Amino acid sequence: MSAAHDHSGGREMSFGFWRRSYAMLVKEFIQLRRDRVSFAMIVMIPVMQLLLFGYAINTTPRHLPTAVLLQEDSDLARSILKALENTAYFRFTQEVHDVDTFDNLLKSGTVLFGVEIPRGFERGVRRGDRPALLVAADATDPVAAGSALSALGPIVQTALSHDLHIGDPSDPPFEIRAHARYNPAASSRLNIVPGLVGTILTMTMLIFTALSVTREIERGTMESLLSMPITPVEVMIGKILPYVLVGFIQAALIIGIGVLLFGVPIEGSLTLLALLSTLFITTNLAVGYTFSTIVQNQLQAMQMSMMFFLPSILLSGFMFPFAGMPVWAQRIGECLPLTHYVRIVRAIMLKGATLQNLKYDTLALVALMLVAMAIAVTRFRRTLD
Amino acid sequence: MSQTAINAADIAIEVSGLSKSFNGREVVHDLSMTVRRGMIYGFLGPNGSGKTTTIRMLCGLLTPDSGEGTCLGYDIRRDADKIKRRVGYMTQRFSLYQDLSVRENLEFVARLYGMRGAPRAARAMIERIGLNGREEQLAGELSGGWKQRLALGACTLPNPQLLLLDEPTAGVDPKARREFWNEIHALAAEGLTVLVSTHYMDEAERCHEIAYIAYGHLLAHGTVDEVIAQSALTTYTVTGGDLNRLSAELADKPGIDMAAPFGTSLHVSGRDKAALEQTIAAFRSRSDLHWQQSEPSLEDVFIELMSRSKDNFQ
Repeated sequence: MSAAHDHSGGREMSFGFWRRSYAMLVKEFIQLRRDRVSFAMIVMIPVMQLLLFGYAINTTPRHLPTAVLLQEDSDLARSILKALENTAYFRFTQEVHDVDTFDNLLKSGTVLFGVEIPRGFERGVRRGDRPALLVAADATDPVAAGSALSALGPIVQTALSHDLHIGDPSDPPFEIRAHARYNPAASSRLNIVPGLVGTILTMTMLIFTALSVTREIERGTMESLLSMPITPVEVMIGKILPYVLVGFIQAALIIGIGVLLFGVPIEGSLTLLALLSTLFITTNLAVGYTFSTIVQNQLQAMQMSMMFFLPSILLSGFMFPFAGMPVWAQRIGECLPLTHYVRIVRAIMLKGATLQNLKYDTLALVALMLVAMAIAVTRFRRTLD
Repeated sequence: MSQTAINAADIAIEVSGLSKSFNGREVVHDLSMTVRRGMIYGFLGPNGSGKTTTIRMLCGLLTPDSGEGTCLGYDIRRDADKIKRRVGYMTQRFSLYQDLSVRENLEFVARLYGMRGAPRAARAMIERIGLNGREEQLAGELSGGWKQRLALGACTLPNPQLLLLDEPTAGVDPKARREFWNEIHALAAEGLTVLVSTHYMDEAERCHEIAYIAYGHLLAHGTVDEVIAQSALTTYTVTGGDLNRLSAELADKPGIDMAAPFGTSLHVSGRDKAALEQTIAAFRSRSDLHWQQSEPSLEDVFIELMSRSKDNFQ
């Protein structure tokens, strides 16, 4: 009798266990369903990751932007260029006639390759001098440049021989001289460390400010704050500025370690690097702050930061070659601050680029910062309505 | 209510027809009120009656759906910024920074209002609210009573002309409450206008004027005596005998609107004096009961107003 009683008691208890677990489960589902942003993330994050990895990322990129320095406009030169383009590795986007513009295009990252046809090239070929055709590559990103450079020799040779009707392709009447600029040893460390500066800053800066407004709301301090005479712009400035300093220290730390431990050079101006890094830090803080004016709680703020961080890593050219991505992915990439900063920091540290070279990316960062701030200020609710 | 001609400069708050809905539910309905300068104006009503919403509309934290009015002479819709500079708002929930010290919180407020010498102003306020020795303590570590003093200090720091206090004494012990009210009277004596919401009847009786709001409707206002007189309630206090049984017997009888025990006595009230007296006549002959007509208390009036408004608005 007592054993039977114990037995039913035990069953009662295990039923109780499941019932309570079930109660908790139902409650969690209801809360999850009400939390629209979390719900969207459940779908968005895997789909986005899959699409980006599947479609946007290509580690053997083709159709890479290439500049041509044409010092001789001959039929031979034209057909060589045609043959190069036929390899599908190169896409001629610029045609220039002086060395300075040519160098600037490479330095600013506008093009990844430069093909130089020297003066007197056709005559040299006819005379059997075996003149050199120079292919300069921006090797700061060894992945992007590598496959094109390694394919350059045999494929171009074959293509050219075919086009030019030369009997023996192994012995063309000119020489192709490939020159990997900025990172001749193709060390991926030189490429990754500068990019890492931007990636780490994106992550930390976003989270600092993404939580700032929601924290005030969740802790109930917003009501007090709004009842006092402070404007949305003042709130924003007060919340962003302290972290600019934090970000600056962080950036100095990462760059310092990169230089001391990994031997990454700083070819360009340290002042310019500091200035543009500060701009990038501020832009990220502004983006994070914008998120915090949109979301309802801290969890959503974290999720939104992740939503932003993920494409930043994948589409900025930090991890995978920017030039290898399809146009739509590049367009998204252009809207991300990290894309511009990765170019800036690589260009300054590895190529010694100047502000003149980096005009476009600097302006893009300024524009992104202002857009984020404008959204934040208009989104900031001055009442509790 | 005899103040027919009031000089506009004497008025701190004057609003009419204020309404506010959240998600289709009307929280404040067609509310009008006038508060003269230098008054301590008590705002009473049950939970969820719209007190907080009204206070928030007065200081520009919420936009009314309809209605208009002025606060310190400034339009509550257009001049929220000017109002905020001259009004101190103490929120129902402690809303200063828990992770900042007493001094840091006060300095923050002083700077936000653009006060010069914020550290000096903060120190003076710490002195005034008696928090010396605790200035470096984190606000989150203070007890309820000290938190409340700090919050009052923070909202009086920028020398406002009007204080809006939303249930400032909820959860505070009687001694701290007494001190708090002494402070409010001292501030009013300096010319400050105070609008304070509360649940406590003794606090209501310490106000110069009161307003009673339930389900978003302003039901009564005036001085305590005026509100009691307006209610036209007849109340008898019964002592002796089995009051519990009496209370049960009286319930639902014609003319009896309310029978509420107060310690060893029972308050029996009704709006219709004739009906009430007719009903209790049968009970007055009982030798063990002692009946005496008395002045209704403010609580009698409010509970009666509340039960009546419930029938009307819900």
